[in-house]
Amino acid sequence: MLSYAIKRLIGAVPTLLLIVAITFFMVHLAPGGPFDKERKLSAEVEANLRKAYHLDEPVPVQFGRYVGNLLQGDFGPSFQYKDYSVTELILGGFPTSLTLGAIAMTAALLLGIGAGMIAALRQNSLLDHALMGGAVLGVAVPNFVVAPLLTLVIGLQLRWLPVGGWGEGGFSIRHMVLPVIALALPQIATIARLMRGSMLEVLRTNYIRTARAKGLPERLLLLRHGVKAALPPIVSYLGPAIANIITGSIVIEQIFGIPGIGRYFVQAALNRDYTLVMGVVVFYGALIILLNLLADLAYGLLDPQVRYD
Amino acid sequence: MMHRRTTLKLAAFAIAALLAGTAAANAESVLRRGNGAEPETIDPHKSTGVPENAIENDLFEGLVAWGPDGKEVPGVAKSWDISDDGTVYTFHLRDDAKWSNGDAVTAADFVYSFQRAVDPKTASDYAPILSPIKNADAIIAGKITDLSQLGVTAPDAHTVVISLNASTPYLLGLLTHNIAMPVHKATVEKFGDQWTRPGNMVSNGPFMLADWVPQSQLTIVKNPNFHDAASVKLDKIIYYPTEDIAEELKRYRAGELDITYDVPSDQVKWVEANMKDEFHNTPYFGTYYYVINLTRDTLGKAQQIRKALALGIDREILVDKITQAGELPAYSWVPPDVPGYQQQFLDFKNESKAQRLEEAKKLLADAGYGPDKPLKIQLLYNTSENHKKIAVAIAAMWKPLGVQLELVNQEWKVYLETRDKKDFDIARAAWIGDYPDPINFLDMFKSDAGARNDAGYNNPKFDELLTTAGATVDPKKRLAILAQAEKVFLDDYAMIPIYHYTTKHMLKPNLVGWEANVLDIHPGRYLSLKS
Repeated sequence: MLSYAIKRLIGAVPTLLLIVAITFFMVHLAPGGPFDKERKLSAEVEANLRKAYHLDEPVPVQFGRYVGNLLQGDFGPSFQYKDYSVTELILGGFPTSLTLGAIAMTAALLLGIGAGMIAALRQNSLLDHALMGGAVLGVAVPNFVVAPLLTLVIGLQLRWLPVGGWGEGGFSIRHMVLPVIALALPQIATIARLMRGSMLEVLRTNYIRTARAKGLPERLLLLRHGVKAALPPIVSYLGPAIANIITGSIVIEQIFGIPGIGRYFVQAALNRDYTLVMGVVVFYGALIILLNLLADLAYGLLDPQVRYD
Repeated sequence: MMHRRTTLKLAAFAIAALLAGTAAANAESVLRRGNGAEPETIDPHKSTGVPENAIENDLFEGLVAWGPDGKEVPGVAKSWDISDDGTVYTFHLRDDAKWSNGDAVTAADFVYSFQRAVDPKTASDYAPILSPIKNADAIIAGKITDLSQLGVTAPDAHTVVISLNASTPYLLGLLTHNIAMPVHKATVEKFGDQWTRPGNMVSNGPFMLADWVPQSQLTIVKNPNFHDAASVKLDKIIYYPTEDIAEELKRYRAGELDITYDVPSDQVKWVEANMKDEFHNTPYFGTYYYVINLTRDTLGKAQQIRKALALGIDREILVDKITQAGELPAYSWVPPDVPGYQQQFLDFKNESKAQRLEEAKKLLADAGYGPDKPLKIQLLYNTSENHKKIAVAIAAMWKPLGVQLELVNQEWKVYLETRDKKDFDIARAAWIGDYPDPINFLDMFKSDAGARNDAGYNNPKFDELLTTAGATVDPKKRLAILAQAEKVFLDDYAMIPIYHYTTKHMLKPNLVGWEANVLDIHPGRYLSLKS
């Protein structure tokens, strides 16, 4: 398994390089530059700025410089947020995004698997229909609709929870609740539907029927054999789920004013903050590759038939 | 027994009251301000935006500062003398000005700071604002590399002398700008780009930086070394980046903010109906306008067509029915309320709507256009629901005149590039002034203003009036000449003013010291919260 993981990581290098190259040339090809503003700069000032950020060099030279710095772990200075380097911004925002994402993912797994199991065990009951109806709604309603609704109802009308920010101390459970719900909801719904389907399939297998015929108590039967057998599709979905959580957090961080990396992404692209766009894309790219690998490794642990070649 | 219980209750009550009193006495006075976009920087020589400026006004104090009403007041300079020809300003610094680390603020600090602001290595966007100062332009352009050649000197520790290229009566207003704020040389040299970080930054304003979590909040606390610290009532101000103004309003309503940066236009009616006392809507020093590309044949050569277009816009309907945020219909280029300035207007301002439409049709007919032979032009605007609504409404207003308007919508940066290349007939634009002087609006249309002159406007008479105003020391006469220049400009219809902006804020009822002003400047030094 270790050699498989190493091979996958080595294989990821060209993928990442490709991501770097495509993003670099795409952001430079996009019309408009980082210093275009309503209040136009004088030619001298623009020249000073372009020189300060090496934008006066040919694009291939800039690319070489960027890759060289990247290999040394330097993402360069942000064009927009002049007091911080891209590395500082990413490292500053990542713990917040990670906290938000990890809690949302955990909630999605626990609640999704739980709801899926209950729905499967009570197949065609009112509870099953209610849960699956909710799941359809969860998948269909995007989080940029759910989030403002939550702030309006729970934050503003009921006044139970704060409607924005991340707490003045930097970490606050009360501030976390609504963003986590908004972020996790679509994943809970998807996982619940997957789990229900998978569980129903498992429940119809011969070995479960045999175990049941042998008189194994239902709870043991489910926990010992059923859940484990039903989990592989969920684990397969972990990769896309993580990607969804990451992309979803871009919207959620923006709406709730959470200081994660996601907020930079949209702003950086709109501001043509080349280095920050690159930094976030490369960082997220590497993260998704890594988490996908971990999901694949977990899949193997659950399903002994999977071989790592 | 009863007696004992009563005594115990009384004692408990007394202790509780005492504790509450102590808590009240010790309670921090904290103001929470929604502040728009995340600050790009809080280095006053590198920043450009309103959110940054609000913070810098609290952290730094220039030679001249802002008063509570947005007017200039003495800052680090307690007084100043102006030479007879208006080209030399001598500032006398107060003795008790200190940096937040206790160092004295000296004239040398200002010399260093002005030199840093124009140094090409600083790459300051706003450096050209200092171009009235002797040699500033040449230093910014790299033609002079010796920074000591800048016309800012310090004959002694308490005197700063600023020598100008020509009389600049608006210099005091200009010196309130962040580009003219001092920075602490030792700190900048020690920490480089990181001098603005909490723990590193040394500043000389009423507040000092305590904490900054990008995209979350920036906290400043009272600076005990500020010369007027005794009058500063707030202990702490927390600035929150609030890019999504709809969410900002929710946070305000939930009690999480004391001041909002803005109010969404589509919620102004609701706010007026439900939270009227907390909604503050006042004129702002800015104009929303359509600029006309004079370098193109059809519109560039025919003043009567441009005038017809200006006549054909019903500004009152636009602000009442489309923008709906209390904006003022604009018939002038310079916004209202500039002290001492006689605002100029488009010559049809007092005509009825019917008269205007009739004249517009006639002018277009004279130029050979009408419903049978429509004038086909394009309007460029950047992505925004408001710009779109205004553009659609104006297209509908122009249609009966025989104008066929094609709307071209582009993403912000693409739009800016297209505008820069002058690849448009008419483009939406807006301008907000930096200091309360008409020159802030007029000089961008001088023929030598380069890229800032979007219209490609070139009228020697206008240029000459601006040059004459620049050489006029008497402030009244100067403003009168600028008014003449504005009239010339308006009569040429190089752009069509549409509305003057207003600022929209929600303010908690217990906020004290907020004075509405056209520049929307509200230094934290003058604000407080009633308990």
